[in-house]
Order: sequence, then C-alpha cells, then structure tokens
Amino acid sequence: MPSKVIARFDVSYLQILDENGKVDKGLEPKLPREKLLEMYRVMMRARRLDERLLKMQRQGRVGTLPVSVGQEASSGAAAMAMAEEDWFVGSYREVAGRIAMGEEMHKPMLIYGGFEEGNYNEDIPRLLPLAVILGSQIPHAVGIAYASKLRGEKSAVLAFNGDGAASEGDWHEALNFASVWKSPSVFVVQNNHWAISTPLSKQMNSETIAQRGIAYGMPCLQVDGNDALAVYKATKEALDRARKGEGPTLIEALTYRMLMHTTADDPKKYRSDEEAEEWKKRDPITRFKIYLQGKKLWNDKKEAELEEEIKQEIDAAVKYYENFKEFKLDQPFDHQFGTEVASLVEQRAEYNKYAR
Amino acid sequence: MPKLTMVQAINLALHQEMEKDESVLVMGQDIGKNGGVFRLTDGLQDKFGEDRAIDTPLAESAIIGSAIGMAINGLKPVAEIQFSGFSYLTLGQLEGNAARFRNRTLGKFTVPLVLRMPFGGGVRALEHHSESKETYYAHTAGVKTIIPSTPQTAYRLLLGAIRDPDPVVFMEPKHSYRAFKEEFEADGEAMELGKARIVQEGTDITVISWGAMLHRTEKVIEDVVDKHGVSVELIDLQSIAPMDAQTIADSVKKTGRAVIVQEAQKTLGPASEIISLINDNALMYLEAPVKRVTGYDIVMPYFARENNQIPSIERITDAIEETLAF
Repeated sequence: MPSKVIARFDVSYLQILDENGKVDKGLEPKLPREKLLEMYRVMMRARRLDERLLKMQRQGRVGTLPVSVGQEASSGAAAMAMAEEDWFVGSYREVAGRIAMGEEMHKPMLIYGGFEEGNYNEDIPRLLPLAVILGSQIPHAVGIAYASKLRGEKSAVLAFNGDGAASEGDWHEALNFASVWKSPSVFVVQNNHWAISTPLSKQMNSETIAQRGIAYGMPCLQVDGNDALAVYKATKEALDRARKGEGPTLIEALTYRMLMHTTADDPKKYRSDEEAEEWKKRDPITRFKIYLQGKKLWNDKKEAELEEEIKQEIDAAVKYYENFKEFKLDQPFDHQFGTEVASLVEQRAEYNKYAR
Repeated sequence: MPKLTMVQAINLALHQEMEKDESVLVMGQDIGKNGGVFRLTDGLQDKFGEDRAIDTPLAESAIIGSAIGMAINGLKPVAEIQFSGFSYLTLGQLEGNAARFRNRTLGKFTVPLVLRMPFGGGVRALEHHSESKETYYAHTAGVKTIIPSTPQTAYRLLLGAIRDPDPVVFMEPKHSYRAFKEEFEADGEAMELGKARIVQEGTDITVISWGAMLHRTEKVIEDVVDKHGVSVELIDLQSIAPMDAQTIADSVKKTGRAVIVQEAQKTLGPASEIISLINDNALMYLEAPVKRVTGYDIVMPYFARENNQIPSIERITDAIEETLAF
C-alpha cells in the first residue's frame, strides 16, 4: 500500500550532572552560589525528614506514610525553578518540592498523624494539599492555570505525578485539555519505575512517558530526574514558556523510589536488591554534593553544620507535632459547607455528646 | 414579562449572572456555538466569548476536574454534562475532590462550582439518556444536590447554586424543559438552597415530589380533590441534599398522611430518606403508613417500556387514594 510519512517526532533526553557528579559545562545552568547551596539544602532536609518520618512510623507515632527517598532532585529542583506567582499541584511523593515551597516540617507529621491541619499553609497560598487519588490532581492544575490565564496573570502551574498515575484517564484527559487550552502548566512525571509492586514494564508499553506529550501536541522531554541541574533547567524553561503564553510542557524525570511505596509494603517482595543497589549509585544528593565540592562550595565542616541545623529543625517539628493536643474534636462539622446546614447542626450536637 | 419555558429561564439566569459576575463561566461539550444539545447555553458564547463559554474536549472527568481547579483559583464555573447518564465519569472527581477540598484544607481552598445535567425519562431517547440517579450525588457529603421543577424555581435555584460557596449538582428534569411556560420574574433573586417549597397548602394528606414527577402528581391531585373533596398539601422537595426535614415534618404533623412520588428507582432513593425523616420527626402524628410511588429496582428500560418504570397517573392515584382511605 503506498504511504508517505506525514510526521516525525523526537524525544530528547537531558542530563547535565552525571552519576559521578561530573558536569557538562556546555549545558550547566548559570546559577548563583546561593541557589546551588539552597538546592542542596532542600534535598538534604527532605531526605532527613523522610528518614525521621519513617522512624516515627515504626515507633507508632504517626500512621502509614509514603516516603520520597531518592526523588529529592526530581521534585525539589523542579520546585526551585518556580516563580513567586506560580502554583504547586502535587501528589504525595514530593517531599523536597514541598520543602522548597517553604512548607514547615510539622505539616507532613500532622497529616500522617491523622490531622487535616497538615494540609494547608497560611503563608503559602499557592501550594495545594496532597492528592491521594492518583492523577486526579492533574485536571485541577489545568483549571488553575486556565483561571490565571483568563485574568491575564503571568502565573504558571507546576504539577507532579508518578509513572503509575500516567496510566490514569484523568492524566490523559488533563494533558489534552491543557494543550487545547494552551494552558500555562508544566507537568512533571516522576518516573520512579515502580507503582507499589507494578514495574514500569507492566505499567506501559511505550518507550517513554515523555512521548505522550507528542500525542497531545505539547513540547516534551525526558530528563535525568536524579540530576538536580537537569530537572531545574528543564522546568525553568518550561515554566518561562508557560508564563509567556506558549502553552504546557511534559517533563518525564527518570528517578527511582529507593524505599517502599508506603510503610505498609516491603519492596523485597517484588523487586531485587541488585536493582536498588544500582540506583543507589545514582543518588541525586551524592552527585550534587560532589558537584558542589568541585566548585569549592562545600566541605565536611559545612556538611556537619547543615546536618546539625536539620536535626534541630526536625526536632522542633516533632516537638510541635507531639504537643499538638488542643485540637477541636468537632472541626469536621466546621468545614463541610460554607453555609449552615440544619441537619449537620443536629448531627454535630449528637457527635459532641459522644466525641472523645 | 413574557411567559418562559425552563430552558429559557435557565438560559436567562446564566446570561444575567455572567453579566453580573465576571468570575462566572460556562463550560462543557457543545455548549458554545451549538448552545448545548438542549440550547440551555444558547447565545452565551456570542455574548461572553469563547474563554467564558468554553467548548471543551469530550471528557467528563476533566470537565469537572478542570472546573475544580478554576474554582480553587477564583472562578465560578458552571459545567454542563450533556446527559446525567454520562455524569458517572465525574463521580470520582466529585466525591474525591470537589466535595472534599473545603474540609481537607479547613476552608482554605473551596470549590464553588455548579455541575448542571439534564436527567429523567420521557423524551424517547437512547440508552443512558433517561435515568434518575440523584441518590449518587445526594450521598456525597460536601455536595448539594438540587432539582428544580418549574421555570421560575429553576431560575432562582440556579442563581442560588452559582452563588453558593460549595459544589452543587443541579439536575434538570429534561421532560419539563419545554413542557410548559410560566409567568416569570427575572429579578435576579436567588432561592435559598436546602429548602422545600409548599406548592399548595392542605390539611388531609401531604404529597411530596420533585422534578418532572411533580407535574404529573399535580394533575393527579386535581382529580383526587375533585373526586373526594379532600385538601392536599403538595411539597416540591427541590433540594435532595440537604433535605428540608422541617418542612416535611411540619406538613406531616398537620395532615397525618403522606405519599412520596419519585422517578428514581425504589431502594435507597430520596423517598427512603423522607420516610426516615418522618419516622424521626413525626411518627406519632401518622394516621396511615407512608406510601412511596417509585421506579422499580431495574435498569432503566429503553423508551418503548419506560412508561412502566416511571410512576404513572394510575399508580400515583392509587397510592394517594389508599393512603387517604387507610
């Protein structure tokens, strides 16, 4: 049958800092010293917070929780590319991204301790709460971006999800909407290769997740998600384009979930130790530290000071959380609706009679 | 003021509210140039442009999902789902997110959106175009579910829904879209959500219905009154959730008898909840068991048989007469 090629597409891959911490000078973003140090600090704070949360869960001080160990660059460096007026729409594996946004460490402790109070940040009005239903947050990001654009604001939305959520209908629908609407949004897929126990090979039969951007008519690329510089550069360019009215971008950040999905599963059951060991060599923090040391921006003394500072920050957060005892029992009744509903007034009275 | 149909009344409410409040927009499949498959959004795109009368791609979950984002970021989207039979694809976003953002964030992020959809039978349409599933929505905490029955109440309730600070599912009885016209006041006054409406006062029996069934029930009542000389109180429920327990209880305490007419299937339909409310608040006033006339617990039949699924004049008449005679 006679046929002709009507379109050809490429998917590019960006790595700036390789796994040994060697930088590609030609691609290296020109970032001020403070920004680089802050990037390291964000990733370190996220790593240590995750480790402490895990310990707290094992001690029974908080409930089931997901950790983001290994993915500090893919959400943290991305969030650091945001401008003041941008929105952050995450899932639940963006500990570093949330920290970069300025979220205090007691917030996740409250959430995993069972309190809605962890879900909002008075001082960070453009940080959305965790989204537990996979992919459901992506249409929200598109709508938020649409509203900003309609009002003529120069504001973009940075949205996150994982490789599993990229199979969800909501994700696909949202990318299509974003593209049709030229919505100022940037979609970062943290491809950590595992959706609980489901490996990427059982999640999809596409070579990349990035190429799905081509299907929806938006710029897309794959980056080394454990390379903070690559994540930062790709996200920054995409957000700048979005704010200029040039539409959305899909970024697939290749990374690895070094630990369990949540504290309720054991990765040994479904994946090999060898694989995890391989990925350890590509740790985003280790290579960034080598990079900083190479630039004479970092040394053991600074490392020790940072560790101590983080320990104190986490200790203070734990203290805040442990002292969070004066919570209002009937608070759920305060926020079902913004108007008074008679049946709830009645039910609140009964609730209060028995609530402990 | 000329007489208007429900379609014209809803269209007018949208025109007026979009004019008055620039954060209001409409969105959905074919709602722009085409004015919606039932023409509810006719003229809005011409007047307010493509950015505020958005023809969306065909994906119900992303329609409500993006509307949630818009609402979080200061807009008041009124999204249309073409038929309620396609609205189940919105349930995930509605239950998982629209209903929860306020509580999840202790009131910091709220979702003032309206999800409009035609529902109910009687229009000789294809499968999925005729059912009444208000229970799905009414069972979602954090969402209000409203069903208007007349042009005037559709206008006022829709204004109330758009101005409400929370998500509202607005189910329009499509059989009543053009079934009749009514004298109409377009004064921009909203009706409070959560209140039932007493259509006519009476002392011998309370009859409760909503949507298209209200009109069939009204006809039955005219005949019953003629035949038996009784005094019937007719209540238009209007608000499926929250439900107006007070109006129902006050009426039943007065009449001692009640019949509920619902197009939805029987088990766990709104009638079940109404009977529970009567049990809670007015049981000792009853002189007869409360009867309900409902659809059966079967999949909505194609239209050749749907008249047997939707409560008929005969079934409604029997229920009222039996309850009066008990």
